[in-house]
Amino acid sequence: MNVTSTLQATPLHACHVEAGARMVPFGGWDMPLHYGSQLKEHHTVRTAAGVFDVSHMTVVDVTGVDAPAYLRHLLANNIDRLAPLQGLYTCMLNAAGGVVDDLIAFKLTPTHYRLVVNAATRAKDLAWLQQQLAHYKVNVHHQDQVAMLAVQGPAVAARIPDIFPTAMQENIAALKPFHATHHADWFVSRTGYTGEEGFEIILPAEQAPDFWRKLQAADIAPCGLGARDTLRLEAGLNLYGQDMDETVTPLEANLSWTVAFNPADRDFVGRAALEKLKQTGVSHKLVGLVLQGTGVLRHGQKVVTSAGVGEITSGGFSPTLSIGIALARIPSAVIEKCEVEVRGKLLPVHIIKPPFVRHGKKQF
Amino acid sequence: MSSVPKKLQYSKTHEWVREDEDIVTIGITDHAQCMLGDLVYVELPEVEAGFEIGEECAVLESVKAAADVFCPVSGEVVEINTLLLDHPQLINEDPYGRGWLFRLRPFEKERPELLDAEEYNKQVASEAH
Repeated sequence: MNVTSTLQATPLHACHVEAGARMVPFGGWDMPLHYGSQLKEHHTVRTAAGVFDVSHMTVVDVTGVDAPAYLRHLLANNIDRLAPLQGLYTCMLNAAGGVVDDLIAFKLTPTHYRLVVNAATRAKDLAWLQQQLAHYKVNVHHQDQVAMLAVQGPAVAARIPDIFPTAMQENIAALKPFHATHHADWFVSRTGYTGEEGFEIILPAEQAPDFWRKLQAADIAPCGLGARDTLRLEAGLNLYGQDMDETVTPLEANLSWTVAFNPADRDFVGRAALEKLKQTGVSHKLVGLVLQGTGVLRHGQKVVTSAGVGEITSGGFSPTLSIGIALARIPSAVIEKCEVEVRGKLLPVHIIKPPFVRHGKKQF
Repeated sequence: MSSVPKKLQYSKTHEWVREDEDIVTIGITDHAQCMLGDLVYVELPEVEAGFEIGEECAVLESVKAAADVFCPVSGEVVEINTLLLDHPQLINEDPYGRGWLFRLRPFEKERPELLDAEEYNKQVASEAH
């Protein structure tokens, strides 16, 4: 099939094609869906080690004396919690409390922060970051000459020791969760989107193909966006644009824990709207669903409860558990059971608090 | 390039049909399984159920999507491949062999709607554009 010229290619595009990947359009990018079997790649990450090209993600550096003040205003979580080389997960909200995007913010120095935001939201996010600048003395710079890889799985630590630049190896081995280290344009953090141990690596674009080959030689298997989606769903991690968007607040997206209401005088964008909503109470919540019989739950299916209807925001078949699982937005009052309409039939499901799987094991 | 055995007949909706005396066996093509990706769940018709040509007779769910199977021949179901219920991946691994879906006793002798291998290949090629 021909790729239309409007799609962007990552620095590893040729490596994917060479590896026989099935390429698909995703958020304006031509990306690998799988390299043969999505299921096999899923299991590889749960039991061994895999690598994802996530170079379509957007890396933005915020520098300047007002960087902390700007980010305190911009982000719903509070960057004052961060030690140098530590990161946190957060949303940035609009004035109504709706999620403009979710991201990870790292503190490099007191005047240099790094944000990793989504791919499909890039243009919107960059415009939003500019729009919020106001009087702050900061420079917002999109790092567009980098590649980003996610190396994930229980065997990662054992297989990677000597493939990073020598000067980084010791620091990488010592990284705590959500901490990072950097050296000569390489930035490595102990983060991920799979529910397994691993690292995310930002590196210069021209060095990416060589590093990709070193990972293959170290028996870290290439994995596509298909497995990335089933892994993140099992891990109970939201996908922007599907489980939340600008019409949904973090309080309705199972992300209350990412909103820092303390200190009370930090006036972040969306705060007033969220506080009002907290007082009145939210009508809907995001929960996990587990299908009791056989079948597959899908995005968009209707959830029927005693308190009204809801909708599946992300659904699929859990390869690890061999059952249908989903994230769904349902009326807040429902607590234990409900039903999902699948091809005209109502199927009973259990409600759980995500995640479904973490570190290879069932969590409910 | 996916495999398209010469001895089978094909529907435009990517099912294959094999004639054995008074029974036909039905499955989905290599091209179809490739487009669907790894299969994770299969709903097969009831034995003794009757179907007209083009009627929805089974549901295949892959990691990616759910797909209806349209009956390529009118007839009565005489056997289903129960092995698929626990091993849907057989459709990916062996679409023309152990991944067959069900067998029918056809209502009609002639199959004017079906394509031969060459015609099916042409259709797949035209869909790629």
